[in-house]
Amino acid sequence: MNANLQVGADGKLRHLLSTEGLSAEMIRRILDTADQFVGVSERDVKKVPLLRGKSVFNVFFEGSTRTRTTFEIAAKRLSADVINLNVAVSSTSKGETLLDTVYNLQAMDADMFVVRHAQSGAPHLIARHVKPGVAVINAGDGRHAHPTQGLLDMYTIRHYKKDFSALSVAIVGDVLHSRVARSQIHALKTLGVPDLRVIGPKTLIPSAVERLGVRVFHDMAEGIRGCDVVIMLRLQNERMSGALLPSAAEFFKCYGLTLEKLARAKPDAIVMHPGPMNRGVEIDSAVADGRQSVIMPQVTFGIAVRMAVMSMLGSA
Amino acid sequence: MKTEIRGARVVDPASGRDGVASIFIAEGAIAAIGAAPKGFRADETIEAKGLVACPGLVDLSARLREPGFEYKATLESEMRAAVAGGVTTLACPPDTDPPLDEPGLVEMLTRRAAGLECAKVHPLGALTVGLHGERLAEMAELAEAGCVGFFQGNAPLPDAGMLRHAMSYAATFGFTVWLRPEDAHLARGGVAHDGEVATRLGLAAIPVIAETIALRTILEIAAVTGARVHLARLSSAAGAALVAEAKARGARITCDVGIHHLHLSDRDLADFDAQCNLRPPLRDPSDRDALRRAVASGTIDAVCSDHTPVDDDAKQVPFAEAEAGASALELLLPLTLQWGRESGLDLKATLATVTARAAAILGVRAGTLADGAPADICLFDERAPWIVRPEALASQGKNTPFQGLEMTGRVVRTIVGGRTVHGA
Repeated sequence: MNANLQVGADGKLRHLLSTEGLSAEMIRRILDTADQFVGVSERDVKKVPLLRGKSVFNVFFEGSTRTRTTFEIAAKRLSADVINLNVAVSSTSKGETLLDTVYNLQAMDADMFVVRHAQSGAPHLIARHVKPGVAVINAGDGRHAHPTQGLLDMYTIRHYKKDFSALSVAIVGDVLHSRVARSQIHALKTLGVPDLRVIGPKTLIPSAVERLGVRVFHDMAEGIRGCDVVIMLRLQNERMSGALLPSAAEFFKCYGLTLEKLARAKPDAIVMHPGPMNRGVEIDSAVADGRQSVIMPQVTFGIAVRMAVMSMLGSA
Repeated sequence: MKTEIRGARVVDPASGRDGVASIFIAEGAIAAIGAAPKGFRADETIEAKGLVACPGLVDLSARLREPGFEYKATLESEMRAAVAGGVTTLACPPDTDPPLDEPGLVEMLTRRAAGLECAKVHPLGALTVGLHGERLAEMAELAEAGCVGFFQGNAPLPDAGMLRHAMSYAATFGFTVWLRPEDAHLARGGVAHDGEVATRLGLAAIPVIAETIALRTILEIAAVTGARVHLARLSSAAGAALVAEAKARGARITCDVGIHHLHLSDRDLADFDAQCNLRPPLRDPSDRDALRRAVASGTIDAVCSDHTPVDDDAKQVPFAEAEAGASALELLLPLTLQWGRESGLDLKATLATVTARAAAILGVRAGTLADGAPADICLFDERAPWIVRPEALASQGKNTPFQGLEMTGRVVRTIVGGRTVHGA
């Protein structure tokens, strides 16, 4: 059903809500489009007129400076008018419902909503209620999905590894609460990655996750062995000690990525992280800043991928 | 007033009757079925050829939303919905606002309901004051006011210590304690079955052990206190298996399942359909199938609508924020018939789950067409197809996962105490 809401009968992207349900062809089309925009960011004049006259509303019901900023930059490079709304501290605290907020913004002639919300499924609800022609981009909903992050990760992997069909990829850490991990898993499976692993303590691995096509490891050393790509997930502060984990230090000891652990992966393995990083919790600085880290290129590619998604939605 | 219902196929699970016969009604009660009593002269004759006549349905759980939630539904609207669905007797849970923990509230509710001359309402009193799980409600007083059992509704179960006291106290008077088996700690924050779908959608999960651990606790306490327990709304195969074992050991328990859980599973959440946000959560298709078998085998005694009208605003929000529940009084009959057909059961066995067996749990005189019983009758067309259109539902709650879908089996007329309260 995701696919129906996201992709029109004409095969064009209408909303981007999840990487689940996107075809391999659609993902490749997005990545190919992003290729063209990587060049734009390197020019003196970093703008193309594709979304001139269009209004992009960044509606963040949950705070995030970084993601909002990357969407803002992407929209501005496409010449769109960008309006940032931090709804977390405005309308909803006055008791306005999510849909009322959206209807009000729609009445201001929004062409595109970039939505982040603490509840899984909130962008789907919005997408089902906006006028035809108005596009919704999910910028992260609860534990469910963060599709542009998933896609920029695919872009990064393709950039360094070219081909998905022989890769071993490990996703490490708090898979339970991670919308990033879910978006990566769906996209990697769709693109044909044959060996996909998740690694973490049992408290942070969701039920039946193997049904999504992954193998589960609890031993980091074993799980990382022979991998081409190691993706570290961010551990939220509030999860570092409590019912699911005893301490950040113990997590680092068991699941933090150090050079020593990384040595078990392939010598040319790349290390990724969606940011912001907790150095010394999920990743050691020597790895984060090391030769195998592609964490900064991820950020750069992120702008191009978001430009690609916005341009495709804006031309629909 | 004397009435004859002529030509219907009379199906009365309580007596085992199934055949075309006339029903003779006098002074609001069943006077005879088959041959007319001596000197019977009908003031009114109802032609019912081609229809099934069965006892009016007995629904073990219908939220009428009064007092406190009149913006979601009113007694008037929901009583109309009940009879539109062929339901003539219903139990309403105590999770109103305020909860039904005071005799005055119960009396007001039953008096208002009786004044509407529609379905018969039997309130379930709160097991604990305010449903907070800390102090016993005045069970004897509440029973005198009309409560037929004591329940926590969807409020968390009391801890094991308090549960033991509540069950001991209820056992003193022979009251039935109704409990929805769900461990509050294991269920906290959860909105979906712990499985592939919740993982995929990123929804906080309620594991099956939330049900089985609570069941084991309840069964142990029931055994030592001697309390009669009714287990409300089973949701899992493992839960049904535990109940079967306990019954085999001779435990004094009964149990029910909500009709949605016989037809839907977590797969129906699809793209976050808030209409499928139910308590307990819809579980795996294998759980649904086990529940269907458990009703057919009698492990689960009765099927109920668990009718919960919810206003649109409370459903038009992200899944986890949506209020749980579905409007179902008007769907109970066709959905039960569908389950029966698909399970290869005859009409008697199918209808027993929503008539005689449900009435036995409530301990009220209903769900039977025996001579002298109240003439509460549902006349329905077993084969009539209809489409569920929210706007056509009598209930104020238009919230149903079945909207737009076709049902087979339509209530044509509902009679309470010999008087037609719904239909031509």
